[in-house]
Amino acid sequence: MNVPEITEMAIDTAYRTLKADAEKNGYRLNPDEDFVKNLVRGLLKNEQRYGYRACPCRLASGKKEEDLDIVCPCDYRDADLEEHGACYCALYVNEAIASGKQKVAPIAERRPPRSQRGKAASVRVASTTEKPIFPLPVWRCKVCGYLCAREQPPGICPICNATKERFERFERFV
Amino acid sequence: MLYALSTCQWCHKTKTLLEELGIAFDYDYVDLLEGKEQDTAMDTLERWNPSGSFPTLVIDNKRAIVGFREQEIREAFAA
Repeated sequence: MNVPEITEMAIDTAYRTLKADAEKNGYRLNPDEDFVKNLVRGLLKNEQRYGYRACPCRLASGKKEEDLDIVCPCDYRDADLEEHGACYCALYVNEAIASGKQKVAPIAERRPPRSQRGKAASVRVASTTEKPIFPLPVWRCKVCGYLCAREQPPGICPICNATKERFERFERFV
Repeated sequence: MLYALSTCQWCHKTKTLLEELGIAFDYDYVDLLEGKEQDTAMDTLERWNPSGSFPTLVIDNKRAIVGFREQEIREAFAA
């Protein structure tokens, strides 16, 4: 199979977009530019072979619906940033690491193992006898936590630009 | 035996370190394996590291080091 080479120019363009988006949204990229560009190469490679930007440090299945949680930025980024100061692959870091005051250390995988995937995160389906508390469904962006109340989740998260399929129902039934 | 991904920078750092230390090792880029081969590699990897994460370095079929833990890797081969 003839696969086109990922050019330095494509990496550079993607890197600059990623950096600008991160900073606009209050995130920081790893200050090691070469390291980040290699991660970007991995992201572009995954986009090329799977059709989506799966985390370069995780094994993608090739089925997008099974890998939505690891499409960059992954569902685990914010929790890992909070606990470890960096996301799993260390593309995103906190202020202390971005300014060189703290170093990146290995992070234990937060994603459930293969055998448990899709179980813990499954959204409970309301039975017909249950009544919602709110007049409209509430949707939660799994990437950034944004909540909104409307019939359908937004096509694009207005906070972090995650796509519609990254939203889950966030509602208690009584 | 090093279980790695071809796109993973921590796997790359681990592999470079092993080369630098002059260690003889085999490695698999699990993302480049297909179908059954990939499943078999994952099954073996998960026996050493139930989370199935990368890099996982299995030393002499005795112990595993998960992640790029430079100090730990250096110490494991220091003897």
